[in-house]
Amino acid sequence: MLSRVADSIYWLNRYVERAENIARFVDVNLNLLLDAPVVMTQQWEPLIMTTGDLPLFRERYGKATADNVIQFLTFDQNYSNSILSCLRAARENARSVREIISSEMWEQVNTFYLMVLDASQVQPLPALPSFFAEVKMASHLFAGVMDATMAHNEGWHFGRLGRLIERADKTARILDVKYFILLPEVNYVGTALDELQWIALLKSASGYEMYRKRQRRISPTDIAKFLILDREFPRSIQFCLLEAEQSLHQITGCSPGTWNNAADRTLGRLRAELDFITIEEIIQTGLHEFLDHIQIQLNYLGRNIFETFFSLEKIHS
Amino acid sequence: MQFNQYDPGDYYDELFEAKDQPRPEAALLIERINSMSMAELQQRQQAAQNALFRLGVTFNVYSDRQGTERILPFDIIPRILSVREWEWLERGLKQRIEALNLFLADIYSDQKILKDGVIPSELIESASGFLKPCMGLKPSQGVWCHITGTDLVRDRDGQWYVLEDNLRCPSGVSYVLENRRVMKTTFPQVFNRMNILPVDDYASQLLETLLHLAPTGLPEPTVVVLTPGIYNSAYFEHSFLAQQMGVELVEGRDLVVVDGYLQMRTTRGLKRVDVIYRRIDDDFLDPQTFRSDSMLGVPGIMDVYRAGRLAIANAPGTGVADDKVIYAYVPQMIRYYLGEEQILPNVPTYLCWEADQQQHVLQNLDKLVVKAASESGGYGMLVGPHATPEQREEFAGRIQAKPRNYIAQPTLCLSRVPTLFEDHFEGCHVDLRPYILYGKEIYVNPGGLTRVALRRGSLVVNSSQGGGSKDTWVVG
Repeated sequence: MLSRVADSIYWLNRYVERAENIARFVDVNLNLLLDAPVVMTQQWEPLIMTTGDLPLFRERYGKATADNVIQFLTFDQNYSNSILSCLRAARENARSVREIISSEMWEQVNTFYLMVLDASQVQPLPALPSFFAEVKMASHLFAGVMDATMAHNEGWHFGRLGRLIERADKTARILDVKYFILLPEVNYVGTALDELQWIALLKSASGYEMYRKRQRRISPTDIAKFLILDREFPRSIQFCLLEAEQSLHQITGCSPGTWNNAADRTLGRLRAELDFITIEEIIQTGLHEFLDHIQIQLNYLGRNIFETFFSLEKIHS
Repeated sequence: MQFNQYDPGDYYDELFEAKDQPRPEAALLIERINSMSMAELQQRQQAAQNALFRLGVTFNVYSDRQGTERILPFDIIPRILSVREWEWLERGLKQRIEALNLFLADIYSDQKILKDGVIPSELIESASGFLKPCMGLKPSQGVWCHITGTDLVRDRDGQWYVLEDNLRCPSGVSYVLENRRVMKTTFPQVFNRMNILPVDDYASQLLETLLHLAPTGLPEPTVVVLTPGIYNSAYFEHSFLAQQMGVELVEGRDLVVVDGYLQMRTTRGLKRVDVIYRRIDDDFLDPQTFRSDSMLGVPGIMDVYRAGRLAIANAPGTGVADDKVIYAYVPQMIRYYLGEEQILPNVPTYLCWEADQQQHVLQNLDKLVVKAASESGGYGMLVGPHATPEQREEFAGRIQAKPRNYIAQPTLCLSRVPTLFEDHFEGCHVDLRPYILYGKEIYVNPGGLTRVALRRGSLVVNSSQGGGSKDTWVVG
């Protein structure tokens, strides 16, 4: 298939998944704040830190108040990773491959975009928890519609690859939010407040119930293990890598455990690392450092995919 | 009785001979509509519009950053042609396309028609659509204008005229197909009882036309549609046609010339392209040959074309015949190449570069329509009867400064079709654009796009100026 078309389907899915995960991000913070004791000051800056766009935010908005941060991450038309911007980009990508994807997919991404656009024009801000729930559901609906209406061909695999890489990256970042959120004092670690924060985090990854079935007790180590290494939970990093690898191998025709281009190799190596690492080793490295490492590898993978399949520049006659 | 208030008045009405007298081919439809309530009609009108929006039959509004697409307003009362009249139109169109194609082949090779003095050669040299780099080219199968959308109008007395030939990249055929799809659900009983010629084979015919052009001996030639991209106002149509034919829709950046062939960049490397249906203008096709600042085309594509390793539809260079001064010579072309008299007449055209005709134009500016020779789509135009004295003065100046650039025609009173306005019908002016394909032979899709001026009394059917569309029925 055309490189540009594969690229558009890949990014269509990444942007929809990104929008969903930003909703999860903001949602985790809203939940945390609702449960926090009154004495604790609101912490919104950590959220911007996890996006890596703190300097840009400071320049544009100054103080990290709840309204500023939510506006920035949700409806800011000039911030390329806001929910609204992601959906606009998703829709543009969908529009450029309308003759390839199913019309149901187009309708869903169009409806999704219009829903967020409408919400952005309501003042004061709409009831946020229900808005974020709608964003998450619309994203699931898109994935479901794609699954059920588009042929599971090369284009579909590129789409799935995009969605899973984006999800792995964002699960790493959601987990990282906890690293940046400060407890009032160091001796709050392991208290009820700490536990509440971890529960809120799990819920934001839609992982609370599934975690309970598996681990029962709330423990930071087990939660990290669940969100990084679980092979069955669809938002865990390892699950995403396993499925992404399947799609990548469908595209390249490579058998498991082998590679024939840089993308195969980067993804295979990262997946194998998670296959054999233990959570204790991760904690020893430092959770934040390890999550950083995963994000860097995923960025690298994205670049490899671009160069292997999409790059329009490298051909010279 | 929805139509008992409707009066065609002093116009040529496509559905009525006179008040309460439907034309025979329209009688069944009128009877059916009369049996419906206004509420029912309005509901069907709304349903039809909604269906078109859902199908995404939209055009883009260039200036809108929010990415809004609009649908071309659609009216459920169709325009009806009798099959007898249609067959006559079809013959006229085929004759015209055949002559125009011979003209294009001649003008880019021996230029016999110039040597024989039928058309003054300076007119060709000065036509903006005449492309010197195309001299000596021999397009595959000898066909230059593969896809044409001729604009026809009917005057007050019922006489048909050809308004423009549109030999470059005529758009609108997607509306013909989608309007028909919607109309079948709007008036299913009428379709059952009337013999309406189907339009649905357009995509298959188009694909056959394109495949016919492929260099011979290829078992499975690759055909693509080339679009300027999603911001082009006709993007929906490009995407629709690619989808209907089951071929790739490509942009300039997907294509590259490697090893003397046009190739597209795929996830598995380069793949050869054999036939290209391009929806970008000549000027933008190849920055090495034409406009060097073009980002839409493919550097070197003309070399591949010249070497006969690629077919391009329409062939580069066809725009020369869209020049309105050259248009005026089509009757002479028909006589010269075919030895026949024209079946479909041109609108009488005054050429300002001829002194006596210019004199006549300047003296009658208040009655004539003046058009810039190289523009289309209603740009660069003066409608004399509606213009102010200052505007006429200004145009007189322009004509005298550059007489070659202007032609003038009498103001026609376009025929009308009843159109639903809230709770009643009004006559609205229409034109007709049939689509003609030139492959192994010439095919004309039955009917065409009827564009309708929805502003009261307006004669302008362009979508940018409040125009809409109607389905066109050829009824046997």
